[in-house]
Amino acid sequence: MVSPKVIREDILRMIHSAGSGHPGGSLSLVEILIHLYWKEMRIDPDNPQWEDRDRLVLSKGHGAPALYSILARKGFFSTDKLETLRRFGSGLEGHPHMQSLPGLDCSTGSLGQGLGIAAGLALGLTIRKSRARVFCILGDGELQEGSIWESAMSIPALKQTNLIAIVDRNHVQLDDAVDKIMPLEPLAGKWKAFGWTVATCDGHDREDIEKAFSTVTDKPLVIIAETVKGKGVSFMENQALWHGKAPDKEQLRKALEELE
Amino acid sequence: MRATREGYVQGLLEAGEINEKVVVIDGDVSRSTGTTAFQKKFPERFFNLGIAEQNMAEYCAGLALAGFIPFYSTYAVFAAGRAWDQIRTSICNMNLNVRIGGAHGGTSVGPDGATHQALEDIAITRVLPNMTVLVPADANQTRQAVLASLEIDGPVYIRYGRNPVPEMYDRNKSVVPGKGHLLKEGGHASIIAAGAMLAPSLEAARTLSKKGIDVSVADMVSIKPLDTDLIQHLATSSEVIITAEDHQIAGGLFGAVSEYMSEHCPRRIIPVGVYNRFGCSGTPEEVMVHCGLTAEAIAGKVEEALIK
Repeated sequence: MVSPKVIREDILRMIHSAGSGHPGGSLSLVEILIHLYWKEMRIDPDNPQWEDRDRLVLSKGHGAPALYSILARKGFFSTDKLETLRRFGSGLEGHPHMQSLPGLDCSTGSLGQGLGIAAGLALGLTIRKSRARVFCILGDGELQEGSIWESAMSIPALKQTNLIAIVDRNHVQLDDAVDKIMPLEPLAGKWKAFGWTVATCDGHDREDIEKAFSTVTDKPLVIIAETVKGKGVSFMENQALWHGKAPDKEQLRKALEELE
Repeated sequence: MRATREGYVQGLLEAGEINEKVVVIDGDVSRSTGTTAFQKKFPERFFNLGIAEQNMAEYCAGLALAGFIPFYSTYAVFAAGRAWDQIRTSICNMNLNVRIGGAHGGTSVGPDGATHQALEDIAITRVLPNMTVLVPADANQTRQAVLASLEIDGPVYIRYGRNPVPEMYDRNKSVVPGKGHLLKEGGHASIIAAGAMLAPSLEAARTLSKKGIDVSVADMVSIKPLDTDLIQHLATSSEVIITAEDHQIAGGLFGAVSEYMSEHCPRRIIPVGVYNRFGCSGTPEEVMVHCGLTAEAIAGKVEEALIK
């Protein structure tokens, strides 16, 4: 199992090298993605198109650097490619583009669409009688998109239990704190009212994440993972400014020094 | 006379028979679009997702990712307009095999008024990379458009109407992307029509021929890809082209024909369509008269152009 430090180093180096990107919401995702790709999902890096693989829809597509690092470390493509993030012709598009990179199950980038796509995928797998599951990672700011709640309504109505939604609850969006822009609380209550089982966890604690994923329920499951935006780099943590800004050389050096 | 929506449903039923990957999604208008017939025949492959067009488009993207050929249909205003970002960024950007049925297109939904009359759907779907746009003119052609879509790689938008229209095509006349049909040949001018304006165009041609004016009439059922061979052919035989569509003239058939001809075979192109306005309530016929979408209007434009 890869260590979170390795993924965070990748993320910071990639975004520094690209000169743009989203460090805050990539760093908050790391432990969730490690859990998914090393413990939860049935996948085969040698056969990325395996029909019965579990799928991931990264609805918050701006978290791409974290996902690219994970896919490379998992062996879907060479880690040498990581530094080509956002460059012309690299395949590591600013937001995930499925046809450009092995291991991606869906293109995303326009917020609010991933949950419905994940639901359609899960429905297709059910019709096909596949046992594969679909995981969908949502940003908390993204939950302000109305289309999310259209899907939140239909998934329980269709009794779709082969889908697990994960909210990266890092409390910060592009402009400011989520609470200041458009509050979401009571967030668990909203999901419950829509017919979901809600599990919460510390999104940076391996055991706590594992416990949340093992929740037994006959309803669709959403995991609200409490995370820290910019996790691991003191000057990036909880700072809206670092939602979409690349560290310069000196900032990268300081950030890498701090990582545990 | 038969409504194109009947052809759509007939096509869906046959598509469901031919290909078990065909899945149909509706948004609480299944009794109006007629997809209840598909539900009855293939209940395990039909889903009514309620009044939530964005979610419908997203489910279809996901179903296509899982290897299915999902068709979703609702009123064209909502099918194309309400879910446009989903169509663009998820369906077209991933080049997914989603088929979108734009029902009640154009002025055909008359009494419902401006809110429900899709007069912009061709423009906003045509502009998207990877998208095929088919605008059939009668029930048989709509059935064939649905069947043709099974063979197309990538997303397809099929626009059809609510009300009975004259039957012009034989049941077996197939629809081929990038191919239109030359229904009448004449040397004075050419009318290129699509959808509900094909029948009035043929009627205009008959009126004109009584006055000694012979015009060609072409059906541009495939607005994207456009039948450029057919346009080239018309350009060599006539100095004036008239386009006729039940849609805003900006961005629709007139836009598509103008874009091509201005680059490859410049001619005078005169539009018959809706000029930068919304529709209103009334019978479809009344609204069409109000918007200038009639055989008389087409014939008038031809005569006017030939005098000048």
